[in-house]
Amino acid sequence: MTSNQLMFILFSAVIIVFSILTVTSQKILRAAVYLLFVLVSTAGLYFMLNYQFLAAVQLTLYAGGIVVLIIFSILLTSHIDLKFESLGWKKSIFSALAVISGAILSIVTILDHKFSATTEAAKEIDMRLIGNSLLSVEKDGYVLPFEVISILLLAAMIAAIVIAKKGAPKKVESRTSKQ
Amino acid sequence: MNTGIPLYYFLILATIMFFVGVYGFLTRRNLITILMSVELILNSVNINFLAFNRYLFPHKLEGLFFSLFVIAVAASEAAVAIAIIINIYRRFTTINVEDVNVMKF
Amino acid sequence: MEIQQSMINFSYTAWIPLIPFLVFILLGLAGNKLKPRLSGLIGTSGLAVITVLSYITAWLYFFSGGKVGDTYQKITAVNTTWLQFTENLHVDLGVLLDPISVMMLIVITTVSLMVHIYSLGYMKGEKGFERFFAFLSLFSFSMLGLVLATNIFQMYIFWELVGVSSYLLIGFYYQRPSAVRAAKKAFIVTRFADLGFLIGILILSFNTKTFDFITLTSVDGPAIAQSGGITFMGLSVITWSMIFVYMGGVGKSAMFPFHIWLPDAMEGPTPVSALIHAATMVVAGVYLVARMFPIYVFAAPAALEVVSYVGAFSSLFAAVIACTQTDIKRVLAYSTMSQIGYMMFALGVSGYGGHEGLGFMASMFHLFTHAMFKALLFLGAGAIIHSVHSNYMTEMGGLRKYLPVTHITFLIACLTIAGIPPLSGFFSKDEILAAAFHHNKILFAVEYAVAGITAFYMFRLYFNIFWGEERHYHHTPKEAPATMTIPLIILAIGAMFSGLIPFNEFVTSDGKAFETEIEWIVAVPSVLIALAGITVAFVLYSKKSLIPDRLAASFKYAYKWSYNKFYIDELYLFVTNKIIFRYISEPVAWFDRHIVDATMNSIATVTQVVSFRIRRFQSGQLQKYAFVFVTGVVLLALLFIYLWK
Repeated sequence: MTSNQLMFILFSAVIIVFSILTVTSQKILRAAVYLLFVLVSTAGLYFMLNYQFLAAVQLTLYAGGIVVLIIFSILLTSHIDLKFESLGWKKSIFSALAVISGAILSIVTILDHKFSATTEAAKEIDMRLIGNSLLSVEKDGYVLPFEVISILLLAAMIAAIVIAKKGAPKKVESRTSKQ
Repeated sequence: MNTGIPLYYFLILATIMFFVGVYGFLTRRNLITILMSVELILNSVNINFLAFNRYLFPHKLEGLFFSLFVIAVAASEAAVAIAIIINIYRRFTTINVEDVNVMKF
Repeated sequence: MEIQQSMINFSYTAWIPLIPFLVFILLGLAGNKLKPRLSGLIGTSGLAVITVLSYITAWLYFFSGGKVGDTYQKITAVNTTWLQFTENLHVDLGVLLDPISVMMLIVITTVSLMVHIYSLGYMKGEKGFERFFAFLSLFSFSMLGLVLATNIFQMYIFWELVGVSSYLLIGFYYQRPSAVRAAKKAFIVTRFADLGFLIGILILSFNTKTFDFITLTSVDGPAIAQSGGITFMGLSVITWSMIFVYMGGVGKSAMFPFHIWLPDAMEGPTPVSALIHAATMVVAGVYLVARMFPIYVFAAPAALEVVSYVGAFSSLFAAVIACTQTDIKRVLAYSTMSQIGYMMFALGVSGYGGHEGLGFMASMFHLFTHAMFKALLFLGAGAIIHSVHSNYMTEMGGLRKYLPVTHITFLIACLTIAGIPPLSGFFSKDEILAAAFHHNKILFAVEYAVAGITAFYMFRLYFNIFWGEERHYHHTPKEAPATMTIPLIILAIGAMFSGLIPFNEFVTSDGKAFETEIEWIVAVPSVLIALAGITVAFVLYSKKSLIPDRLAASFKYAYKWSYNKFYIDELYLFVTNKIIFRYISEPVAWFDRHIVDATMNSIATVTQVVSFRIRRFQSGQLQKYAFVFVTGVVLLALLFIYLWK
């Protein structure tokens, strides 16, 4: 077995085990930490696939940003050591059934399909290539999605601020009513 | 091409991760854990895209950029979702998903 | 009979039914805003106008313009197509003048006018005074439309209208349950009989392709000429249709077995009884047979037999019942039924043309005189009831001192109906008996006996009211006011002298005059039996006597059966309640309520239940939605990838 395979097995084992733990854990903070492990292993997979930039982005954004965000919100909204009541088993059985049947269906479909790879030569992916394509307006350029994403991020920022702040609107109303 | 690891392995891995995420989405009580399951789903999709890109289309970059944008969207969506969750917590004092069912018959 | 243009324009006769119709509309819509006196005057003056018009028409028809050669023509004065179905099938409205319709014009308008004047006094102060006059005008309109009809369908339309007017007038005191019941009974029974009438019309017009009377009754017309054609169970189709048509006449004229409504119809005010249930509406059946008489004689002789037997039986039946009744109006009602039986019977034994048509002429003559004296009797009874405030002869007696005018006119009417010469009743009844004598000896004997019984019960009535022991009256009975006595006097004059009208010159079966003479072999015995009846009644009732009660006790069963009207009402009630209602109506009603309605209800209930159940889908729970979503996607993927090739 090559080291590639070994690493792949390691990473996929981590992913599968910890993702199952995430969705079944009773303690919420532990679930968040398991999620962190899953995300880190995914970044490892990306490294294996030779997408270093994306792996770095994954680590930065997901593991460093979103998981922290989740932990903050956990702190804000519930006790850390809040234990969940046990689930109604009817819900979990039906969901499990649906999920397993979906999984089987997908896996069977995937295995049935013959994927034919293209015969063209692989391109070397480095930062310069990525940066240029991100901003190029030619055929393989991604400047439009780039701009859209930037607007989306702006909107998300504003939305998050507006939704999560409290109190201010009431003062504005009382002032206008006096006039 | 990565030697020794066929494409199928990545795809099956991504499928399993996806359905685990779906299971979590359907089963969990807390809104935040539901959000975590959604992140699982998004990640599985990312793995899929990158595997396809690497194995089937090594001369193109689409999978990469798609995953990049998925990450960006996931981040902004998580931010907005957290904001909503905080607002719900302020109003209902609970973030049990079953208690947030005011929009019903 | 050919239709020839007469020299006189009779189209003004269209106003004769129209004026009462307009009065009805006026009084119906605006009556309660007018003062009662005014509405009464409007109604009466409308009638007075058309009475004058009728007399003018009669004068013109009988003495100037009706005759061509020696035959009175059937003149179509007005005819408009009202409802056109196809080119050949259309319902017209029009005015037909021939001897019997002109005669009926006089009868109807005269009696109606008398009743109007009488009602001004009788109904004074009653609530609904205007409504009464409106309905009286409606009735006059309907009856006139009936007799002036040019085609059988128009006659049917007005036939039903007459039934409606009768219903409205019988139930005039609508707050009395007995009146309401009586009105319903009258309407339902006559409506049932009219079913037969309609069937007869349909069969007849289907086979002859026309509704028009002149075409139907012409000797070489489709009805008579092709009468031998199709047969059904031994009788020709035309005979069947005539029997069915006669069924309508049986209902309207209260012949057995559809007579049950007439005694109950006495719940209406007395002027109504006088107008409708004595003089005009109940003779509509007789008029119908007379109108279709050529068809009966030539194409449906079997039907004519039915007519005569029904008529004779009804008159005997009614006469026997009248002997024991104590309500004076009911005695008069049964007397009406008996006299109409005479008229039907006379038509039944009649032939056609010249002396053969003696029965026809006698029937029409009797109709004319009967209208006069029966209206007189009823109006007189009304005056008596008005003064004594009771309907029952057991509570009356010795009234001749208190009500002189009523007494004299009532006596004249009783003598007329008994057939004492030289009053009109003698002449008309005598002609009937003569016609019967020549045709059917058995029925002659029956009717001869009935004449005697008639005299008996009428004078029983007379003596019980005006002679005998005086009862204690709450207030002294007063004579009726002038508006009530004047019609009595006028009708009495009519009753006395109308016998002198030579009907054999004017109203005959074929339009031609013929000679008649008094047949002493019939006339003398009829007078004798009438005198016998009067004598028996005098002995039994003129003074207080125990003989009537002893007779009633010794003929106990006969008395009981006669008093209870031979239990016919009970029989009908039994049949309808126990048999029809229980075995037919109730299952049908059950079916309607539990199956038809239940189906409709179940549609609603199912909708409701289903909607209640599927409300859960909108539970507001995020995860449930997601679950459905995921399951749906999996299933659809399964379906499309693997199962749908």
